[in-house]
Amino acid sequence: MNGYNFAYLDEQTKRMIRRAILKAVAIPGHQVPFGSREMPLPYGWGTGGIQVTASVLGADDTLKVIDQGADDTTNAVSIRRFFARTAGVATTTHTAEATVIQTRHRIPEHKLREDQILVYQVPQPEPLSKLEPSRAETRRMHGLAEYGLMHVKLYEDITRYGHVSISYDYPVMVGGRYLMSPSPIPAFDNPKMHMMPALQLFGAGREKRIYAIPPYTRVESLDFDDHPFRATRAPHACGLCGAEESYLDEVVTDDKGGRLFVCSDTDHCETRRADGHKGTELAA
Amino acid sequence: MAYVAVKGGERAIDNAHRWLAEERRGNPEVADISTAQIAEQLGRAVDRVMAEGSLYDPSLAALAVKQAQGDLIEAAFLVRAYRTTLPRFAAAEPVDTAEMTIKRRISAVFKDMPGGQLLGPTYDYTHRLLDFALEAGFTPPAPAEIPAEPEAMPRIHDILGGEGLMEQDAPSDAEPFDITRAPMQFPAGRDARLQSLARGDEGFLLAMGYSTQRGWGGSHPFVGEIRVGSASVDIVPPELGFAIDIGDVELTECQMVNQFAGSKTQPPQFTRGYGLVFGHSERKSMAMALVDRALRAAELGEEVKAPAQMQEFVIYHCDNIEATGFVEHLKLPHYVDFQSELETIRRMRADAEREMMQQAAQ
Repeated sequence: MNGYNFAYLDEQTKRMIRRAILKAVAIPGHQVPFGSREMPLPYGWGTGGIQVTASVLGADDTLKVIDQGADDTTNAVSIRRFFARTAGVATTTHTAEATVIQTRHRIPEHKLREDQILVYQVPQPEPLSKLEPSRAETRRMHGLAEYGLMHVKLYEDITRYGHVSISYDYPVMVGGRYLMSPSPIPAFDNPKMHMMPALQLFGAGREKRIYAIPPYTRVESLDFDDHPFRATRAPHACGLCGAEESYLDEVVTDDKGGRLFVCSDTDHCETRRADGHKGTELAA
Repeated sequence: MAYVAVKGGERAIDNAHRWLAEERRGNPEVADISTAQIAEQLGRAVDRVMAEGSLYDPSLAALAVKQAQGDLIEAAFLVRAYRTTLPRFAAAEPVDTAEMTIKRRISAVFKDMPGGQLLGPTYDYTHRLLDFALEAGFTPPAPAEIPAEPEAMPRIHDILGGEGLMEQDAPSDAEPFDITRAPMQFPAGRDARLQSLARGDEGFLLAMGYSTQRGWGGSHPFVGEIRVGSASVDIVPPELGFAIDIGDVELTECQMVNQFAGSKTQPPQFTRGYGLVFGHSERKSMAMALVDRALRAAELGEEVKAPAQMQEFVIYHCDNIEATGFVEHLKLPHYVDFQSELETIRRMRADAEREMMQQAAQ
């Protein structure tokens, strides 16, 4: 685009961000403060993810952007257009064809490979933020690996409800050392992070933090021996493609309690239908 | 029913933008407003956008006000997003506000002082009666003029400092922190705090400053001085080795004078809260000075107990570009997380119902 550098950010800024990414990769799960820039999109709408993507994107990359698992949600469209315009890179909706995938709130169902990078948009990088508001204090707690507060929170949930009540942004331990926010993905997606072959990068623009999970890293959702972590999904099959393993959206179809359950990962659903899978609600 | 999810898509976004442009223009039979008119006649709005957008450029700020339909936070955001793409070719020398060309200067702590009280263009003593003459298009008479002797206007702390009544800041050659280049870390230095406050939201700072007056971290403030005027900005290019004047900026500076009981090592003296803002904004500079002083509580050995005294609370939440983005991001789809919440709450309700049934059966 005229008047702007490749992928919007100037090269100095991208270098600064790549240095932060390298540090983040070297210390899996550790939040690295970085000089986050003002972006032409609002804070909270993916400015961290966009800066990370801009810094790792090359001219021959193929970019996929999803929000809620879908390629056609407005913010995903807006971010994909931003990079098509400022970097001129190829874009795709097919998970398997993408080299860089920027996501908000989901991990694609299709298994990712070593030659792919998954960039998460992170609203609140501090997993302890709801328990301790001061960042000076949480930094200290991470330094000392002092995570008792979170275990107490989970324990209190179990005594009160019989199980952990966190259904998304479910905290994980990375490499057995750092407590980390997986971003607000449903807990259903947490197990996909464990030993993932792809590099996982997390950008929080407003909070000015970057963190990472290198390929093949242990990622464990916090739990107790007698209350193991359980990934839950709506107990239905996708109405369009019949998938029984994918994460489902619940679509309200009328005002009489009518519901349609469909894959939240639109590419997954479309690929399955192209392969001949059919759900019960798909018009013949 | 066919599967019709609420999907945005490219065409919807394009059409939304077209509609927005039409709405921004308004009735085409009414004359289009020029950015020059905005810069000239809505100066306080332009000043606020420059201050919170953190970029001194009245014509760009006027364009932003027009583009944002007068939504000043949106306008400041436009200016910030433009600012971030600009190269930094130099850092200015500290602005010398003692040498400002003053158009307004008042002090509440002395009846008179060297240079005098200069009321200048102020709303302070206007009666807030709607002036219907403006609606009709009113050309004001020229302001009264008298030939003035150039007279020095020393700043209030220079006047009080001579007696040792006022704390003095030690001069420093240290490179100041740059909040646009480095992430904030706490406890933050005063340089970083003042930078954040200078671009902070006027409404937020006003409320925070007000809270200190109502007992939430009070510090007995007096307006030592407010001065509004233009100051020259100098840079020293390394290849020249001497300062050159690159232009003037209009500034509002507020020096608050606050009580301080003294300590074992220091006799009682007045302390300072400082406010400095682009353009003409006395409200913002005063609020900033109150909050700056409140944030010095820990440094001055005062108990930190009120929100205005808490660095993380004030600094993390004073930026309206960050705040508006994150508050408004709740408009984005969250249905994946909401779905997981639905599953969890259904499970919890099923557990609770089962328990109630069991109790009823016993």
